Amino acid sequence: MKEPVKEQTVELTVNGDNYEINVHPLKRLLDVLREDLKLTGTKEGCGEGECGACTIHFDGEPALACMIPVCQADGAEITTIEGLSSDGRLSLVQEAFHQEGGTQCGICTPGMIMSATYYIDNPDSAENMREALAGNQCRCTGYKRIFDSVEEAFKNK
Amino acid sequence: MREDTPQEELNYVGKGTERVDTTEKLTGKAKYTGDLRMPGMLHAAVKRSPHARAKINNIDTSDAEAIPGVHAVVTGKEFDYKLGLYLVDKDVLARERVRHHGEAVAAVAAESPGLAEQAVKKIDVDYEVEEPVLDALEAIEDDDKLVHPELDDYDYFEPAFSPQPGTNVANHTKIRKGDVEQGFEEADHVIEREYTNPNVQHVPMETHVAVASWKEQDELDVHTSCQSPFTVRNLLCVAFDLPHTNVHVEVPYVGGGFGGKAGIGVEPLAACLSKKANGRPVKLEASREEEFSLLPCRSGLTYRIKSGVTEDGDLVAQKMTMFWDSGAYADYAVNVTRASAYSASGPYEIPNAHVDAYTIYTNKPYGTAYRGFGHVEFSWGLERHMDLLAETIDMDPLEFRKQNALKPGSITITGEKIVENTGNVTKCMEVAAEAINYGELTPEEKKRQEETGMKIAKSVSALHKAPAMPSFTATAAELRMNEDGSINADLSLTEYGQGTYTALTQIIAEELGFPPERINLSIKGDTDKAPYDWQTVASKGLLMSGNACIKAARDLLEKAYQDASEVLRADPCDLDHNENEIYIKHHPEESVTFSELAVGYAYPTGEGIGGPIIGVGRYMAQGLTNLDKETGQGEPALDWTYGSHGVVVEVNEITGEFNILKVASAFDVGKAINPANIRGQVIGGLIQGLGTTICEGYAYDDEGHLLNPSFTDNKIPTSMDVPEEIEGIVIETPQIDGPYGARGVGEHPMIALCGAIGNAIYYAAGADLTHMPIRSEDVWWALHKDEDRDRPRYSIC
Ligand code: FES
Ligand code: FES
Repeated sequence: MKEPVKEQTVELTVNGDNYEINVHPLKRLLDVLREDLKLTGTKEGCGEGECGACTIHFDGEPALACMIPVCQADGAEITTIEGLSSDGRLSLVQEAFHQEGGTQCGICTPGMIMSATYYIDNPDSAENMREALAGNQCRCTGYKRIFDSVEEAFKNK
Repeated sequence: MREDTPQEELNYVGKGTERVDTTEKLTGKAKYTGDLRMPGMLHAAVKRSPHARAKINNIDTSDAEAIPGVHAVVTGKEFDYKLGLYLVDKDVLARERVRHHGEAVAAVAAESPGLAEQAVKKIDVDYEVEEPVLDALEAIEDDDKLVHPELDDYDYFEPAFSPQPGTNVANHTKIRKGDVEQGFEEADHVIEREYTNPNVQHVPMETHVAVASWKEQDELDVHTSCQSPFTVRNLLCVAFDLPHTNVHVEVPYVGGGFGGKAGIGVEPLAACLSKKANGRPVKLEASREEEFSLLPCRSGLTYRIKSGVTEDGDLVAQKMTMFWDSGAYADYAVNVTRASAYSASGPYEIPNAHVDAYTIYTNKPYGTAYRGFGHVEFSWGLERHMDLLAETIDMDPLEFRKQNALKPGSITITGEKIVENTGNVTKCMEVAAEAINYGELTPEEKKRQEETGMKIAKSVSALHKAPAMPSFTATAAELRMNEDGSINADLSLTEYGQGTYTALTQIIAEELGFPPERINLSIKGDTDKAPYDWQTVASKGLLMSGNACIKAARDLLEKAYQDASEVLRADPCDLDHNENEIYIKHHPEESVTFSELAVGYAYPTGEGIGGPIIGVGRYMAQGLTNLDKETGQGEPALDWTYGSHGVVVEVNEITGEFNILKVASAFDVGKAINPANIRGQVIGGLIQGLGTTICEGYAYDDEGHLLNPSFTDNKIPTSMDVPEEIEGIVIETPQIDGPYGARGVGEHPMIALCGAIGNAIYYAAGADLTHMPIRSEDVWWALHKDEDRDRPRYSIC
């Protein structure tokens, strides 16, 4: 019989804090964030890489936390939605979403803000705003006020 | 409860107050049900049927139970009751037979989600597979293959519904007005056609999820993502035979509902598992696949319309037959059938009308409420049909609509008289038409046609909808003043981003004369703490709860004035107030502050009077009646919100590809309490309507297996699909019994958009479509209808 895979030690930096956790190497990074690190701001909308609700920044690039086994994140630097605001102050993008009504039910919002934040910092990463947000599904807003929010954030950059 | 206050004198109503619920959502701090972790919490997984129709011979759970870390396994045997709101037809877990692919047959609670999944795989179900009933039009004829042979034994809400035992018809609603056969004789043309819609999924981005704890002495605590905490509580009490004091339902932030969370969902199963696991909390969270097939969807519809028109453009008679394919269960779908029946003719006056609407059982995932409540589906056919009629008599379709539109003095098909304050659908159409330059192409559009080689066309549709709810639907609001004169407010709607709570905060602020920042309206639902509301559905929240809030605010002020009149030794009629204090009108310097009164006033000597200042407001839907079962005559509508869409579409006549260039939609909202939030609601609804129009729907194989239960195969619109130009326009014909004249608009943006787009595609390219959704290939197939080709199977049907 095959030996069951043992837990393994993984080192992660999340929102600037260092963690060393013992975990099954194939546990999804999403579950590690939500369960082990209790960072429930990152959401699950599909678990199959289609909806973008679980978007985080992985070594500075947007990535889908539901598609990453935690062993691949060993040594990685991760930012989640909880890492964007500091001292109770909203980030530029969060503030713009607040002003322009870019959130309704709010489930897609953390992922949406992570994608938008990356795009605002790296405007060349996509043809345009629509393309930058194409991987993030939202069922409530019809996207229009999200576009307004991103434009507002660009203005205030 | 309309106040004839001119806008200049309103301080908060009609202004762009900030949404009350956003900051926590932007920072990831907002806790949804799925984010909750309770000490000792277990995770549930569900065993689902791989067949659309089968007998269950045996379920062997022994292997699953033997796995260490598995704390509870339940099967249908443990539930000897059914659950339902209108028609009590659904088991918590299938017993004896399964009725649709994906139906729950057993469930497990274990230490981790992975372990629960593993245990579910070890459950062995012995099925005897049967041929499923998949086509509603065949099912209605077939009395031999019944989906519910026991229909006769089911309880149902008798005043509103008519199940037909011994058939697959769960409900038959009839509406009769005038003499339809006579009307056809008077008509110059009689045109009949059939239009179809598939099952569609709501797709809240948060799936159904609940955490239940069955504690000592049968105290049941449930945290759930639902639209209707009190309905959930009531049904749990009925199911488990518990007193209402024992069941406590809390609703944290909810990640979208759209009707899919209107009734009861995963709560009873989570509760049973917790009971069996010795009271440990159990979380049951649907996967996305389960959201598509275990949980309900939108019913399919085949709508047959036969109309009589005169050469002058009068719609003189219409016979409407709705075949609603509700799938395996019809509890909520019967009410969709009823509501769509009494609205079946759209916002048009028909002197001779005849509606037969059937809810039909089949072996497919089951239908429930979905934003629009049947109107999205029937408006597809109806609005296509209106253009077909206009074309037949060679009349402009917009003129034809206007000529037949409901106006003051018109009588609806249930016999309700339309008055000035009902709203103005003609104006909605005119405004939408103007916004798209209806009737001509602008120079830019002409240029675009030349450059792209695509054909541009325009179209205008119209819509109406009233809340679909029991005639005696009620709600309440409670306001409590805090020591500093601020207000804590409670009511029991579920806020999932519609903005209702913001609008209600504005209404309370306006009524009290306090700034909105001083009003704290609790977002979270809690049946132990907040007053009753029926459900958060049907676009009735603003009107009903708005009125309850107005009454609660007045009640609170009355209490404060009573106490102040004693303190100031003045009759309440001589008092007035500002933000901070109540004062004597003709001696304003003699005053007492709200904060002095808030929890009881103390004189300098130490003696006290009054007590905590609390205001309560109740509101009951006014003037609604049951509909006569034979004729459908009666008063079903709390209020009608009218609307209209204007669309500009370009189509490639060779490939069938099309782009929606512009949507301009107008709604008669009575009074816009918060214009910016209405815009958000309208655009969100338009894009959801666009999804229904251009891509969404269930596809099955011949055995009734759902083929596309995922975002990979069942797309919803993304940022790439949003039309370049979208305009939401508000018209204000005040509703007499609306708060400040307002009426709801939550569902309406989705309705009739599909018809407008279908019509514009027809004008641009000649593709004559009768089935939703419309994808490029559907346009292509419609253009090549006459050719002898077989369309590949397994399309959305
Ligand atoms: S949850 Fe990761 S993409 Fe949907
Ligand atoms: S705000 Fe609800 S899904 Fe985007």
